[in-house]
Amino acid sequence: MERESMEFDVVIVGAGPAGLSAAIRIMQLAKEKEQELMVCVIEKGSEVGAHILSGAVLEPTALNELFPDWKEKGAPLNTPVTGDDVYYLTGEDKGIKTPNFLVPKPMHNEGNYIVSMANVSRWLAEQAEGMGVEIFPGFAAAEVLYNEEGGVKGVLTGDMGVGEDGSEKDGYMPGMELLAKQTIFAEGCRGHLGKQLMEKFDLRDGVDPQHYGIGIKEIWTIEPEKHQEGLVVHTAGWPLDNHTEGGGFLYHMENNQVALGFIIALNYSNPHLSPFDEMQRWKLNPKISQFLEGGKRVAYGARAVNKGGMQSVPKLSFPGGLLAGCDAGFLNGAKIKGNHTAMKTGMLAAETIFEALQASDVAGKELTAMDDNYRNSWVYEELHTTRNFGPALHKFGTILGGSFAWLDQNIFGGKLPFTWHNTMPDHATLKPASESSKPDYPKPDNVLTFDKLSSVFLSSTNHAEDQPCHLKLADASIPLSQNLPLYDEPAQRYCPAGVYEVVKDENGEDRFQINGQNCVHCKTCDIKDPAQNINWVTPEGGGGPNYGNM
Amino acid sequence: MKILVGVKRVVDYNVRIQVNPDGSGVATNGVKMSMNPFDEIAVEEALRLKEAGKAEEVIAVTIGPKASQEQLRTALAMGADRAIHVETDEEIQPLTGARILKALTDKESPKIVMLGKQAIDDDNNQTAQMLAALSNWPQATFASKVEVEGDVANVTREVDAGLETLAVDLPAVISADLRLNEPRYVKLPDIMKAKRKPIETVTLADLAVEQAAAVKVLKTSAPAQREAGIKVESVDELVAALKEKGLI
Repeated sequence: MERESMEFDVVIVGAGPAGLSAAIRIMQLAKEKEQELMVCVIEKGSEVGAHILSGAVLEPTALNELFPDWKEKGAPLNTPVTGDDVYYLTGEDKGIKTPNFLVPKPMHNEGNYIVSMANVSRWLAEQAEGMGVEIFPGFAAAEVLYNEEGGVKGVLTGDMGVGEDGSEKDGYMPGMELLAKQTIFAEGCRGHLGKQLMEKFDLRDGVDPQHYGIGIKEIWTIEPEKHQEGLVVHTAGWPLDNHTEGGGFLYHMENNQVALGFIIALNYSNPHLSPFDEMQRWKLNPKISQFLEGGKRVAYGARAVNKGGMQSVPKLSFPGGLLAGCDAGFLNGAKIKGNHTAMKTGMLAAETIFEALQASDVAGKELTAMDDNYRNSWVYEELHTTRNFGPALHKFGTILGGSFAWLDQNIFGGKLPFTWHNTMPDHATLKPASESSKPDYPKPDNVLTFDKLSSVFLSSTNHAEDQPCHLKLADASIPLSQNLPLYDEPAQRYCPAGVYEVVKDENGEDRFQINGQNCVHCKTCDIKDPAQNINWVTPEGGGGPNYGNM
Repeated sequence: MKILVGVKRVVDYNVRIQVNPDGSGVATNGVKMSMNPFDEIAVEEALRLKEAGKAEEVIAVTIGPKASQEQLRTALAMGADRAIHVETDEEIQPLTGARILKALTDKESPKIVMLGKQAIDDDNNQTAQMLAALSNWPQATFASKVEVEGDVANVTREVDAGLETLAVDLPAVISADLRLNEPRYVKLPDIMKAKRKPIETVTLADLAVEQAAAVKVLKTSAPAQREAGIKVESVDELVAALKEKGLI
């Protein structure tokens, strides 16, 4: 099929912190050298920010480099962190505050800001557009395009107006080829093109598998007298046991709102565990509920994060393109922050490409300078210092591992002369359902805790009806033939949006149902399915959640 | 022949509406905004008339704050030729909207003013009718089909009893219903082209339009929460429960 195409110097996939920082940095460099470059960013969300979900406490290091005058330019960093509490929850009704000196150093937040990363992204997009970047929200990068030598030459946007059966509906619009000398992939954690590129170009050779967590987040409007703007609260411990990594956060944002959420490492072993229900019951602990009582939940969402750190960072360059941000995985698990490293690696990708553009024809070339630039940057230094933090928690559990992390970070400054590895991928950690105990989750009280469907409702998720399901099963029989008997089909529980269900059909037989319309694009199924049988692909552009100030 | 199309910036139809805690209205801060869906249908219909050779120019108009230009850009990317932004930060009631559109029709002399039948934010369904009255033009509201022959538009309307077809002399006001058409997907190159199409900005003062304060909003509140239901085992139990509540 003959497709229309457009040519750019650089195409960037994903209008998040990494992609937009890359776009801005390229334009800054072009302006300095008085060059004109065509840069385009495509974004599958219906608008910039629609698919951005992050805590978020932002460390402004990368932003300071990108825009030293961000304050004058009106960046929405309005809430400096004023207090930093860490609790160790010992049960449903109790918890103890960890004295400040016992908190590992990377978790301290002086100088950081509580932000809505969606709003920060919108602001970055305004800056980028002002510099001449073309940003196209509502267009998903569906496929990588390769040249004759096998290098990347751009991306193909998804077809619009395709029926569930694959037929062309009225108004069908074929996807378009966006061709570029270099393409930056900044899709975020577990990007579906990034996944293909790592496979095709062996980018993960010699590194640990990526490790992930699922973050489930809500925004509440709370009673003004309970609101302490700038207060950051983190919790460890309950409701998770000592061998399941994870923790909660609650940040007091502007306008009497709090952002709160819970992250659970996806290497958990009990297939009966439901991250959604853990997050709901976590809110019942008085350290959290004290803020929420009398308030109203206004938003809900979920997103996978990568937490493998330094040991899991893949090769970043391949013929015709680069990886940046969480698509590669630069989240600093010890700081629980990845926005600053995402932004910085976006900027490094921009600098790498811009420099190469000066020297020669870079179309389709492999810019290995990116890997060196990363290794010489503060991102690498940060990830190197904290490299044993995650594996320590994994090896020894929260209490012993946390103690090690404290020694490692506060006494030795991350300079101990060894590196721990965690080579078991997250999809391989489940124990059989028959050997695992079923947690007893309380029923939603509809005051503090809620069910999945009323939650998804608050993510404003929508996909155009009558389109092919975007959650592809390599083998449609596996959910019922393997996952159900072995693991009680864990997709029913790890999906935070109720997409996967095992229901009885009219004959009383089990049927595996995929409610793709509910999908909040968190990518957990693609990561955690024990058979690696679920492949997340892009639905029609503009579909998915419509997050406001997540 | 020119067609003037009205587009309004509203909270996106996918967004879960939240009422401000103080009852002062609906929260729009940090909320996705987009073109009123009925207006999108109106733009599409105007473009189809142009593509069918029935019109030469499609002009998109919006009334609202600076950010409303995003919706004009969408209309331009769909294919409108130019746009007029009536910039105001004030709340615009239907009568003011109709007065503004009247002033613009006097200036632009379109043969058709094509509007959405209502905006999904306030659901008033008044502006098209008021504009027709102010202009002393015929109106064909809730259109599900529009055919233009010379100086006459044959408009099929969705009414309670079925479909009704009117012939209206042009110039006329037509308002679009849901089934009139399915708006097109916008193409990437057209989004880029739209950035270079002209948007003229005018104010209420430029048009000599006065705000009509016909309606005062007293309070905005969320619908009452539905109470949880109960499950009954049998018809008898159902009847008994209904009797107990005094419903039968």
